[in-house]
Amino acid sequence: MSWVMIFSLAGGCYFFKLGGLVAANTTRPTLRLNRVLSGLTPAVLAGLIVVQTLDGGGTLNVGAGTVGLLVGGLAARRGAPFAWVLVVAAGVTAALRLL
Amino acid sequence: MGDRLRLFRAGDHRRDGFLLGVAVGIFGVTFGVLASASGLSAFKATTMSLLVFTGASQFAAIGIVSSGGEPLSALGTALLLAARNGVYSLSIAQTLPTNGLKRLIAAQLVIDETAAMSKAQPVPEVSQEVFWVTGISVFIFWNAGTLVGVFAGQVVGDPLSWGLDAAFPAGFLALLLPHLSDRRKRLAALLGAVIAVISIPILPQGLPVLAAALGAVVAAGVGNKKGKRRHP
Repeated sequence: MSWVMIFSLAGGCYFFKLGGLVAANTTRPTLRLNRVLSGLTPAVLAGLIVVQTLDGGGTLNVGAGTVGLLVGGLAARRGAPFAWVLVVAAGVTAALRLL
Repeated sequence: MGDRLRLFRAGDHRRDGFLLGVAVGIFGVTFGVLASASGLSAFKATTMSLLVFTGASQFAAIGIVSSGGEPLSALGTALLLAARNGVYSLSIAQTLPTNGLKRLIAAQLVIDETAAMSKAQPVPEVSQEVFWVTGISVFIFWNAGTLVGVFAGQVVGDPLSWGLDAAFPAGFLALLLPHLSDRRKRLAALLGAVIAVISIPILPQGLPVLAAALGAVVAAGVGNKKGKRRHP
Protein backbone atom coordinates (compact mmCIF):
# COMPACT_ATOMS: atom_id res chain seq x y z
CA MET A 1 0.00 0.00 0.00
CA SER A 2 1.47 3.35 -1.04
CA TRP A 3 1.91 6.39 1.16
CA VAL A 4 -0.42 8.28 -1.21
CA MET A 5 -3.17 5.78 -0.46
CA ILE A 6 -2.57 5.88 3.29
CA PHE A 7 -2.71 9.68 3.38
CA SER A 8 -5.76 9.78 1.06
CA LEU A 9 -7.56 7.37 3.35
CA ALA A 10 -6.53 9.31 6.46
CA GLY A 11 -7.61 12.60 4.87
CA GLY A 12 -10.93 11.16 3.69
CA CYS A 13 -11.72 9.65 7.08
CA TYR A 14 -10.91 12.90 8.88
CA PHE A 15 -12.93 14.87 6.33
CA PHE A 16 -16.07 12.87 7.21
CA LYS A 17 -15.52 13.22 10.95
CA LEU A 18 -14.77 16.94 10.99
CA GLY A 19 -17.26 17.67 8.20
CA GLY A 20 -20.12 16.29 10.28
CA LEU A 21 -19.15 18.43 13.28
CA VAL A 22 -18.74 21.60 11.21
CA ALA A 23 -21.99 21.05 9.31
CA ALA A 24 -23.93 20.49 12.55
CA ASN A 25 -22.32 23.52 14.20
CA THR A 26 -23.07 25.87 11.30
CA THR A 27 -26.63 24.77 10.59
CA ARG A 28 -29.48 26.44 12.43
CA PRO A 29 -31.29 23.50 14.01
CA THR A 30 -35.00 23.20 13.32
CA LEU A 31 -37.37 20.92 15.21
CA ARG A 32 -37.43 18.42 12.37
CA LEU A 33 -33.65 18.51 11.90
CA ASN A 34 -33.14 17.91 15.62
CA ARG A 35 -35.41 14.88 15.40
CA VAL A 36 -33.38 13.49 12.51
CA LEU A 37 -30.07 14.19 14.27
CA SER A 38 -31.13 12.59 17.53
CA GLY A 39 -32.34 9.51 15.66
CA LEU A 40 -29.18 9.09 13.57
CA THR A 41 -27.04 7.36 16.20
CA PRO A 42 -29.72 4.79 17.20
CA ALA A 43 -30.47 4.08 13.53
CA VAL A 44 -26.83 3.67 12.48
CA LEU A 45 -25.96 1.66 15.62
CA ALA A 46 -28.85 -0.71 14.92
CA GLY A 47 -27.62 -1.08 11.33
CA LEU A 48 -24.06 -1.65 12.56
CA ILE A 49 -25.19 -4.36 15.00
CA VAL A 50 -27.04 -6.12 12.16
CA VAL A 51 -24.05 -5.91 9.81
CA GLN A 52 -21.57 -7.06 12.46
CA THR A 53 -23.62 -10.12 13.33
CA LEU A 54 -25.44 -11.07 10.12
CA ASP A 55 -23.21 -10.00 7.22
CA GLY A 56 -21.29 -12.99 5.90
CA GLY A 57 -19.68 -11.14 3.01
CA GLY A 58 -22.76 -9.93 1.16
CA THR A 59 -25.05 -12.73 2.31
CA LEU A 60 -27.17 -13.00 5.46
CA ASN A 61 -25.48 -15.44 7.77
CA VAL A 62 -26.70 -16.62 11.20
CA GLY A 63 -23.90 -18.08 13.30
CA ALA A 64 -22.29 -18.34 16.73
CA GLY A 65 -21.88 -14.55 16.85
CA THR A 66 -25.63 -14.08 16.39
CA VAL A 67 -26.34 -16.26 19.43
CA GLY A 68 -23.63 -14.41 21.37
CA LEU A 69 -25.29 -11.09 20.51
CA LEU A 70 -28.72 -12.31 21.63
CA VAL A 71 -27.44 -13.67 24.96
CA GLY A 72 -25.40 -10.50 25.54
CA GLY A 73 -28.43 -8.37 24.69
CA LEU A 74 -30.57 -10.34 27.11
CA ALA A 75 -27.98 -9.81 29.86
CA ALA A 76 -27.99 -6.06 29.13
CA ARG A 77 -31.77 -6.00 29.18
CA ARG A 78 -31.74 -7.62 32.63
CA GLY A 79 -29.45 -4.92 33.94
CA ALA A 80 -26.09 -6.71 33.76
CA PRO A 81 -23.06 -4.38 33.98
CA PHE A 82 -21.49 -3.39 30.66
CA ALA A 83 -18.39 -5.54 31.28
CA TRP A 84 -20.57 -8.61 31.74
CA VAL A 85 -22.42 -7.96 28.50
CA LEU A 86 -19.11 -8.00 26.59
CA VAL A 87 -17.78 -11.06 28.43
CA VAL A 88 -21.02 -13.06 28.13
CA ALA A 89 -21.38 -12.32 24.40
CA ALA A 90 -17.75 -13.22 23.70
CA GLY A 91 -17.86 -16.30 25.95
CA VAL A 92 -21.01 -17.75 24.41
CA THR A 93 -19.69 -17.14 20.91
CA ALA A 94 -16.29 -18.67 21.70
CA ALA A 95 -17.91 -21.72 23.34
CA LEU A 96 -20.21 -22.30 20.35
CA ARG A 97 -17.23 -22.08 17.98
CA LEU A 98 -15.38 -24.68 20.05
CA LEU A 99 -18.25 -27.18 19.74
CA MET B 1 -36.50 2.35 31.89
CA GLY B 2 -35.07 3.13 35.34
CA ASP B 3 -33.38 -0.27 35.29
CA ARG B 4 -31.71 0.38 31.98
CA LEU B 5 -30.59 3.86 32.91
CA ARG B 6 -29.11 2.50 36.14
CA LEU B 7 -26.44 0.92 33.97
CA PHE B 8 -25.24 4.28 32.81
CA ARG B 9 -25.10 6.19 36.08
CA ALA B 10 -22.20 8.54 36.63
CA GLY B 11 -18.92 6.86 37.50
CA ASP B 12 -19.50 3.60 35.72
CA HIS B 13 -19.08 5.22 32.34
CA ARG B 14 -15.35 5.89 32.88
CA ARG B 15 -14.74 2.22 33.56
CA ASP B 16 -16.92 1.22 30.59
CA GLY B 17 -15.09 3.57 28.24
CA PHE B 18 -11.76 2.19 29.44
CA LEU B 19 -13.03 -1.35 28.94
CA LEU B 20 -14.11 -0.68 25.35
CA GLY B 21 -10.64 0.70 24.75
CA VAL B 22 -9.04 -2.53 25.98
CA ALA B 23 -11.31 -4.63 23.74
CA VAL B 24 -10.49 -2.42 20.75
CA GLY B 25 -6.79 -2.78 21.64
CA ILE B 26 -6.96 -6.53 21.12
CA PHE B 27 -8.34 -5.88 17.65
CA GLY B 28 -5.49 -3.42 17.17
CA VAL B 29 -3.08 -6.31 17.73
CA THR B 30 -4.90 -8.27 15.03
CA PHE B 31 -4.65 -5.31 12.70
CA GLY B 32 -0.91 -5.09 13.32
CA VAL B 33 -0.46 -8.80 12.63
CA LEU B 34 -2.53 -8.74 9.43
CA ALA B 35 -0.89 -5.53 8.24
CA SER B 36 2.57 -7.08 8.63
CA ALA B 37 1.40 -10.27 6.95
CA SER B 38 0.07 -8.25 4.01
CA GLY B 39 3.51 -6.76 3.53
CA LEU B 40 2.89 -3.35 5.07
CA SER B 41 5.94 -1.89 6.80
CA ALA B 42 5.79 -1.30 10.56
CA PHE B 43 6.00 2.45 10.00
CA LYS B 44 3.09 2.43 7.52
CA ALA B 45 0.91 0.22 9.74
CA THR B 46 1.38 2.40 12.82
CA THR B 47 0.92 5.60 10.79
CA MET B 48 -2.35 4.19 9.48
CA SER B 49 -3.66 3.48 12.97
CA LEU B 50 -2.67 6.95 14.17
CA LEU B 51 -4.03 8.94 11.23
CA VAL B 52 -6.86 6.86 9.77
CA PHE B 53 -8.07 5.66 13.21
CA THR B 54 -11.10 3.89 11.74
CA GLY B 55 -10.84 0.15 12.37
CA ALA B 56 -13.29 -1.15 9.78
CA SER B 57 -11.71 0.98 7.03
CA GLN B 58 -8.18 -0.11 7.93
CA PHE B 59 -9.07 -3.82 7.90
CA ALA B 60 -10.90 -3.42 4.57
CA ALA B 61 -8.02 -1.51 2.98
CA ILE B 62 -5.29 -4.02 3.86
CA GLY B 63 -7.64 -6.94 3.12
CA ILE B 64 -8.43 -5.77 -0.41
CA VAL B 65 -4.86 -4.74 -1.25
CA SER B 66 -3.33 -7.97 0.09
CA SER B 67 -5.81 -10.09 -1.87
CA GLY B 68 -4.67 -8.35 -5.05
CA GLY B 69 -7.44 -5.80 -5.38
CA GLU B 70 -7.09 -2.43 -7.09
CA PRO B 71 -5.79 0.29 -4.73
CA LEU B 72 -8.59 2.61 -5.85
CA SER B 73 -11.32 0.10 -5.05
CA ALA B 74 -9.67 -0.54 -1.67
CA LEU B 75 -9.71 3.20 -1.04
CA GLY B 76 -13.35 3.47 -2.14
CA THR B 77 -14.56 0.65 0.10
CA ALA B 78 -12.55 1.95 3.06
CA LEU B 79 -14.01 5.43 2.61
CA LEU B 80 -17.57 4.08 2.36
CA LEU B 81 -16.99 2.28 5.66
CA ALA B 82 -15.71 5.54 7.17
CA ALA B 83 -18.64 7.66 6.01
CA ARG B 84 -20.80 6.62 8.96
CA ASN B 85 -18.44 8.54 11.23
CA GLY B 86 -19.69 11.69 9.51
CA VAL B 87 -23.23 10.69 10.44
CA TYR B 88 -22.16 10.18 14.06
CA SER B 89 -20.50 13.62 13.98
CA LEU B 90 -23.75 15.25 12.88
CA SER B 91 -25.56 13.43 15.65
CA ILE B 92 -23.21 14.13 18.58
CA ALA B 93 -21.90 17.60 17.55
CA GLN B 94 -24.17 19.36 20.06
CA THR B 95 -22.36 17.82 23.01
CA LEU B 96 -18.82 18.40 21.65
CA PRO B 97 -16.64 21.55 21.55
CA THR B 98 -17.97 23.83 18.79
CA ASN B 99 -14.69 25.35 17.61
CA GLY B 100 -10.94 25.60 18.06
CA LEU B 101 -8.27 22.98 18.59
CA LYS B 102 -10.50 20.88 20.85
CA ARG B 103 -12.99 20.39 18.01
CA LEU B 104 -10.17 19.38 15.65
CA ILE B 105 -8.98 16.76 18.16
CA ALA B 106 -12.52 15.59 19.01
CA ALA B 107 -13.20 15.04 15.29
CA GLN B 108 -10.45 12.42 15.02
CA LEU B 109 -12.02 10.51 17.92
CA VAL B 110 -15.54 10.24 16.41
CA ILE B 111 -16.03 6.50 15.84
CA ASP B 112 -18.59 3.77 16.64
CA GLU B 113 -17.46 3.39 20.26
CA THR B 114 -17.40 7.10 21.18
CA ALA B 115 -20.73 7.84 19.47
CA ALA B 116 -22.46 4.89 21.16
CA MET B 117 -21.03 5.67 24.61
CA SER B 118 -21.67 9.41 24.58
CA LYS B 119 -25.16 9.14 23.04
CA ALA B 120 -26.19 6.76 25.83
CA GLN B 121 -25.72 9.64 28.31
CA PRO B 122 -28.68 12.02 28.52
CA VAL B 123 -26.80 14.85 30.30
CA PRO B 124 -24.66 16.89 27.83
CA GLU B 125 -21.73 17.47 30.24
CA VAL B 126 -21.54 13.78 31.15
CA SER B 127 -21.93 12.90 27.49
CA GLN B 128 -18.88 14.99 26.58
CA GLU B 129 -16.84 13.51 29.42
CA VAL B 130 -17.74 9.99 28.31
CA PHE B 131 -16.75 10.93 24.76
CA TRP B 132 -13.24 12.00 25.84
CA VAL B 133 -12.69 9.06 28.21
CA THR B 134 -13.79 6.54 25.59
CA GLY B 135 -12.05 8.27 22.68
CA ILE B 136 -8.69 8.67 24.41
CA SER B 137 -8.83 5.14 25.80
CA VAL B 138 -9.67 3.63 22.39
CA PHE B 139 -7.01 5.79 20.68
CA ILE B 140 -4.25 4.70 23.07
CA PHE B 141 -5.16 1.00 23.02
CA TRP B 142 -5.79 0.82 19.26
CA ASN B 143 -2.36 2.30 18.52
CA ALA B 144 -0.59 0.34 21.27
CA GLY B 145 -2.28 -2.81 19.99
CA THR B 146 -1.15 -2.10 16.44
CA LEU B 147 2.46 -1.71 17.65
CA VAL B 148 2.28 -4.98 19.58
CA GLY B 149 0.81 -6.77 16.58
CA VAL B 150 3.43 -5.41 14.21
CA PHE B 151 6.40 -6.26 16.42
CA ALA B 152 5.32 -9.12 18.64
CA GLY B 153 3.37 -11.02 15.99
CA GLN B 154 1.06 -13.85 16.86
CA VAL B 155 1.06 -13.67 20.68
CA VAL B 156 -2.65 -12.94 20.97
CA GLY B 157 -3.96 -15.49 18.51
CA ASP B 158 -7.16 -14.99 16.56
CA PRO B 159 -9.74 -12.77 18.38
CA LEU B 160 -12.44 -14.67 16.44
CA SER B 161 -11.70 -17.79 18.51
CA TRP B 162 -12.20 -15.65 21.62
CA GLY B 163 -15.61 -14.55 20.35
CA LEU B 164 -14.41 -10.94 20.59
CA ASP B 165 -16.11 -10.03 17.32
CA ALA B 166 -19.47 -10.69 19.03
CA ALA B 167 -18.56 -8.54 22.05
CA PHE B 168 -18.75 -5.32 20.04
CA PRO B 169 -22.28 -5.64 18.64
CA ALA B 170 -23.48 -6.84 22.08
CA GLY B 171 -21.85 -3.78 23.66
CA PHE B 172 -23.46 -1.52 21.06
CA LEU B 173 -26.81 -3.18 21.76
CA ALA B 174 -26.39 -2.46 25.49
CA LEU B 175 -25.69 1.18 24.58
CA LEU B 176 -28.68 1.26 22.24
CA LEU B 177 -31.16 0.08 24.90
CA PRO B 178 -31.54 3.45 26.70
CA HIS B 179 -32.63 5.02 23.38
CA LEU B 180 -35.42 2.52 22.91
CA SER B 181 -37.67 4.03 25.59
CA ASP B 182 -38.16 7.03 23.27
CA ARG B 183 -40.79 6.23 20.63
CA ARG B 184 -39.15 8.05 17.75
CA LYS B 185 -35.65 6.73 18.46
CA ARG B 186 -37.05 3.23 18.83
CA LEU B 187 -38.62 3.54 15.39
CA ALA B 188 -35.36 4.97 13.96
CA ALA B 189 -33.40 1.98 15.34
CA LEU B 190 -35.95 -0.54 14.12
CA LEU B 191 -36.02 0.95 10.60
CA GLY B 192 -32.20 1.15 10.61
CA ALA B 193 -31.97 -2.57 11.43
CA VAL B 194 -34.52 -3.52 8.76
CA ILE B 195 -32.81 -1.36 6.11
CA ALA B 196 -29.46 -3.01 6.96
CA VAL B 197 -30.90 -6.53 6.70
CA ILE B 198 -32.48 -5.75 3.32
CA SER B 199 -29.40 -4.02 1.93
CA ILE B 200 -26.68 -6.48 3.02
CA PRO B 201 -27.26 -8.76 -0.01
CA ILE B 202 -27.72 -5.94 -2.53
CA LEU B 203 -25.41 -3.06 -1.56
CA PRO B 204 -21.58 -3.07 -1.52
CA GLN B 205 -19.68 -3.30 1.78
CA GLY B 206 -20.01 -0.16 3.88
CA LEU B 207 -23.28 1.07 2.39
CA PRO B 208 -25.75 -1.01 4.48
CA VAL B 209 -24.67 0.74 7.71
CA LEU B 210 -24.83 4.11 5.97
CA ALA B 211 -28.27 3.36 4.51
CA ALA B 212 -29.51 2.58 8.02
CA ALA B 213 -29.26 6.32 8.74
CA LEU B 214 -32.36 6.76 6.53
CA GLY B 215 -34.29 5.15 9.39
CA ALA B 216 -33.77 8.38 11.37
CA VAL B 217 -35.03 10.52 8.49
CA VAL B 218 -38.22 8.47 8.16
CA ALA B 219 -38.75 8.28 11.93
CA ALA B 220 -38.41 12.07 12.24
CA GLY B 221 -41.42 12.54 9.98
CA VAL B 222 -43.62 10.16 11.96
CA GLY B 223 -45.73 11.21 14.90
CA ASN B 224 -46.42 14.79 13.80
CA LYS B 225 -50.00 14.13 12.80
CA LYS B 226 -51.41 13.31 16.23
CA GLY B 227 -50.14 16.30 18.18
CA LYS B 228 -49.57 19.77 16.78
CA ARG B 229 -50.72 20.43 13.27
CA ARG B 230 -48.78 23.51 12.34
CA HIS B 231 -50.31 24.36 8.98
CA PRO B 232 -54.00 23.51 8.87
